[in-house]
Amino acid sequence: MRESLYLAWRYLAYHRIKTAILVTSIALIVFLPVGLRVLVDQSADQLTARAEATPLLVGAKGSPLELVLNSLYFESDVPETLRYAEAIRLDTMGLAQPIPLYVRFSARGYPIVATTLEYFAFRGLEIASGRSLTMLGDCVLGARVAAQLGVGAGGSITSSPESVFDIAGVYPLKMRVAGVLAFSDSPDDHAVFVDLKTAWVIQGLVHGHVDLSQPDAATGVLRRDSAVITANASVVQYQEITADNIDLFHFHGDLSDYPVTAVIAVPPDQRSEAILRGRYESPDERAQIVVPVSVIDELLDTILTVQTFVIVAVVVVGLSTLATAILVFLLSLRLRRREIETMVKIGGSRGSIAWVMTSEIVVVLLAGVLLASVLTLITAQFGSSAIRALIF
Amino acid sequence: MRLALPTRLGGAVLVITIRDLEFRYAEGDFFLGIPELRIERGQTVAFIGPSGSGKTTLLNLIAGIVLPRAGRITTDGVELTALDDTGRRNFRIRRVGLVFQEFELLEYLSVLDNILLPYRINRSMRLDGAVRERAVRLAHEVDIGDKLHRYAPKLSQGEKQRVAVCRALLPEPGLLLADEPTGNLDPHNKGRVLDILFDYAARADATLVTVTHDHDLIGRYGRVVDFREFHA
Repeated sequence: MRESLYLAWRYLAYHRIKTAILVTSIALIVFLPVGLRVLVDQSADQLTARAEATPLLVGAKGSPLELVLNSLYFESDVPETLRYAEAIRLDTMGLAQPIPLYVRFSARGYPIVATTLEYFAFRGLEIASGRSLTMLGDCVLGARVAAQLGVGAGGSITSSPESVFDIAGVYPLKMRVAGVLAFSDSPDDHAVFVDLKTAWVIQGLVHGHVDLSQPDAATGVLRRDSAVITANASVVQYQEITADNIDLFHFHGDLSDYPVTAVIAVPPDQRSEAILRGRYESPDERAQIVVPVSVIDELLDTILTVQTFVIVAVVVVGLSTLATAILVFLLSLRLRRREIETMVKIGGSRGSIAWVMTSEIVVVLLAGVLLASVLTLITAQFGSSAIRALIF
Repeated sequence: MRLALPTRLGGAVLVITIRDLEFRYAEGDFFLGIPELRIERGQTVAFIGPSGSGKTTLLNLIAGIVLPRAGRITTDGVELTALDDTGRRNFRIRRVGLVFQEFELLEYLSVLDNILLPYRINRSMRLDGAVRERAVRLAHEVDIGDKLHRYAPKLSQGEKQRVAVCRALLPEPGLLLADEPTGNLDPHNKGRVLDILFDYAARADATLVTVTHDHDLIGRYGRVVDFREFHA
């Protein structure tokens, strides 16, 4: 057996390119369905874990999936917005702790998540360096954002305009990096956190400019009607909030009318949760309340159905690849007929010659399975992180 | 395996005795009939005759690679026709050295591994340090000792046949069967390969049976068997 293995090994080593192709083919046949399964299971676990950690979500009526993806994973399109009044209403009900979210803007490709300090406690996020949000214009970076951009506490990051053609809308705001969060292996690692008011500054709902009531700002005044001063287009809004200009930032309109994309509702018990969900059942209700884990379960059901089709397709492709591999072996045997005849002529035993040929197949199969196992282990270790890094 | 003592005839030990042999391939009209043929130990025999006259077939019959339809073949004291396939293979690998015109080396093996091949394809042979040493010594004796780790395709024709001869000689067989061993060689290498075979036969008191078309070399053999006599 040892000698047969040796001969098989010499053959495979001599024909190393053919061997490598066969081993890779076998490895892919095994790895694709298994790796896909591992990846989907891991991603499903992570999606579900995040959803399970978020009891209820209130948002404008529309797609529950869009609402959940935007609020939990900071993905998908921006859902219809709610009035901030909804968060105040929830607080007034006393059935759940409201944590408003406004996930609309981005900075250098990373989502800006506008919220309140309660969010950090709710998600168990800790500051690794620097401090939390204290001033208008502060931001706290997720661990991966800080690492990938090479920005830390004391640095700055500028929000991205929503559209280059939106000259009247969202202006870039240079934000101070107050701190960096500890790594949490969640979508929070890939986000830039700001206070809600800072997001509203980005949107232009809160803004700062020179005091038009001062004499040196006269060139910026278009009209003065008793207490109302109308500025002309020459008045420049501040693009950065500093200690010198922070007092010049002000709100227009009623704060409760300002937009948020969702409100996380954290009820203290099941009874409160049940009552709260009942309140949103009314047909006149303009907001919806969703249980994120139910939405994600539905999504996963769909994914699993698709996955089943994909696996069936992969298995079919795998079988055809296996058939090709068997054909290669058979053709190889045919090409080696003379070699086998020589072994027979000089007195090679049936068993030994058969073992040489079988050993080659076994070695290739084992190498393929081993390679597939290594790939699966790598996928199990890094696959979901890599996928998340690509997606989020 | 039924073993018999080598037959004695007039003081000489018979290595090969053939009686009433009849052979036919499954297809075609080829027929080989040999009423009697005796070859003694230590003889050097040339099988000559036109192509298709059955020279190679008889070598295969003597080696037990194919079996006759009728008749008996006794090789080196063993009646091959009475052995099963495994017995004939074991007999062949231990006691018969085969050399082919086309060398039949395995391209994916080095010179040393090609020489050692018989010990790797039959469990009745044990590959140990002594065998390895003998293989290296044989290689040096035929001047390929510096190419032990070279692969077969990188060798010249003469070197390939010397490797094939080493492979045949390694188990120290009592019978050497060579099928046109010099057919693909230049005159210099022809002489060299034959020298090795004859030298081994002489030293080991082994019998050498060679199929050849090279009439210039016939004079080196102690006996010539012309196959035309079997078709007369």
